[in-house]
Amino acid sequence: MLSEIAFYGALETGLIYGLVAFGIYLSFRVLDFPDLTVDGSFPLGAAVAAVLIISGWNPWLATGMAVLAGMAAGAVTAILNVKLNILNLLASILTMIALYSVNLRIMGRPNLALLTEETVLTPWYDIEFLEFHQVSVVLFAIVAVISLILLWRFMKSETGLAMRATGANARMARAQGIATGGMIIFGVALSNGLVGLAGALFAQSQGAADVTMGVGVIVIGLASLIGGEAVITPSSVMRALIACVIGAIIYRLAIAFALNADVLGLQAQDLNLITAVLVTLAIVLPGVRTNLTNRFSRKKA
Amino acid sequence: MISATDLKLTFGKGTPLENPALRGMSLTVNQGEFVTVIGSNGAGKSTFLNALSGEVMVDSGKIVVDNLDVTKLPTHKRAGRVARVFQDPLAGTCEGLSIEENLALAIKRGQRRGLTSAVKRQYLAQFRESLSTLKLGLENRLGDKMGLLSGGQRQAVSLLMASLTPSSILLLDEHTAALDPKTAAFVLELTTKIIDEQKLTALMVTHSMKQALEVGTRTVMLHQGQVVFDIKGKEREGLEVKDLLELFEKQRGITVDDDSLLLG
Repeated sequence: MLSEIAFYGALETGLIYGLVAFGIYLSFRVLDFPDLTVDGSFPLGAAVAAVLIISGWNPWLATGMAVLAGMAAGAVTAILNVKLNILNLLASILTMIALYSVNLRIMGRPNLALLTEETVLTPWYDIEFLEFHQVSVVLFAIVAVISLILLWRFMKSETGLAMRATGANARMARAQGIATGGMIIFGVALSNGLVGLAGALFAQSQGAADVTMGVGVIVIGLASLIGGEAVITPSSVMRALIACVIGAIIYRLAIAFALNADVLGLQAQDLNLITAVLVTLAIVLPGVRTNLTNRFSRKKA
Repeated sequence: MISATDLKLTFGKGTPLENPALRGMSLTVNQGEFVTVIGSNGAGKSTFLNALSGEVMVDSGKIVVDNLDVTKLPTHKRAGRVARVFQDPLAGTCEGLSIEENLALAIKRGQRRGLTSAVKRQYLAQFRESLSTLKLGLENRLGDKMGLLSGGQRQAVSLLMASLTPSSILLLDEHTAALDPKTAAFVLELTTKIIDEQKLTALMVTHSMKQALEVGTRTVMLHQGQVVFDIKGKEREGLEVKDLLELFEKQRGITVDDDSLLLG
């Protein structure tokens, strides 16, 4: 079974990937823009935050800069698509590849340790009634809830509604006077800003930023999004956003269980394989379920 | 007032599929006129509407809407002046958004959008009132997703959305063509009612000569990217489909062979 530490660890990373899932919800679902930039903007956020923290910045300010860096990366992808007419998927791959070099430049080397630095978590360790391994869960839960509420408010605003219309029916959006190109740039930037935030928090809780930490973030984020949607039908914006967080936590718990169950014989290096299998199941299973119910109800009739 | 002068547009220039869609089209629509536009397939009806709304850019010519030259402006910058209902009932609304959200998008057509709540309480009474004029019971379903509505209902709502805020011209692109006859009649009746009540300036493309003569104040026929005739007032009164055909043949020396124009 799962130890308490492993359980809290799963919650902690789950909450961080919940932020990634928000970003992916924005790009994939709201804007219908398959964006792989996140594999680069996640370590970008980590790199920016780490470098600034080491050079003595306030950790929250450093995290804020990580968000801006993520937004800039997202804007580059969207501009490649909107202004230069490069296919959205390819544009995001180009930015992702470029970011690998950018991240190495920012850090000056492949990884930076943050263990001895003051991070956003440091002051929280002094709170008496919180145990060491609970601190990051509580803090990240607060960050996730605040992000969720802000995003929800935004999606319900005039600009947010215009963004949703842009992704759902661009022709209609233009006819209503919405600058769809600008909306895509803003939306993809916002999406990657959230991913940059996740990267910055991840580096601070793990005690290091690493240039390879972004590999597969897109798949994990998608797994969280699709898994969450399978559990909570995203019939409203609020439900869709809650599904992102719940999906990410369920995903991390499932991974933790799979790795901890000795009978399965799985080891840490099987993580990516398990992820791929889980995503496949999350996509296929809802279809199988309706298929089965259809078959049974037909027999009844 | 809206005026198009000598519009020229060729699709696929320099390719074997080169297709001149507009060949010097000129048309001026005065304030309060309701113009019906007819023409066979490929006459340039839809291209003309797309050029007016900004979905396609003309190669040459000039488009002026209420004294503003919009020739080079993209669609979203013209939207405040040009309202539009598409042929496809699914194209004019967002099925993933609720009815009130679709209306909230339309009430801000061509205006700045901020960060305040999109569906404001003060709008709801107005939405309910306009929806109730449709007599479809939609005023009690504001929160329902647009996708739950039938094609005819969605087209009726599209029409409402286009007339929710003032515009210089309302473009209707065969907006009843994809509906069944009964629904089409309902949407057409609604169209004339809204245009009369709000004294809108409108341009309606239709595939049916009969419809073109029954509604509106002026009829224009397009052929090969140009206006071939333009009738209004006394000249138009009591005119029948066969008169239109004679007029067309006399002017062009061509026989109309498009069955759907005759039968529609």
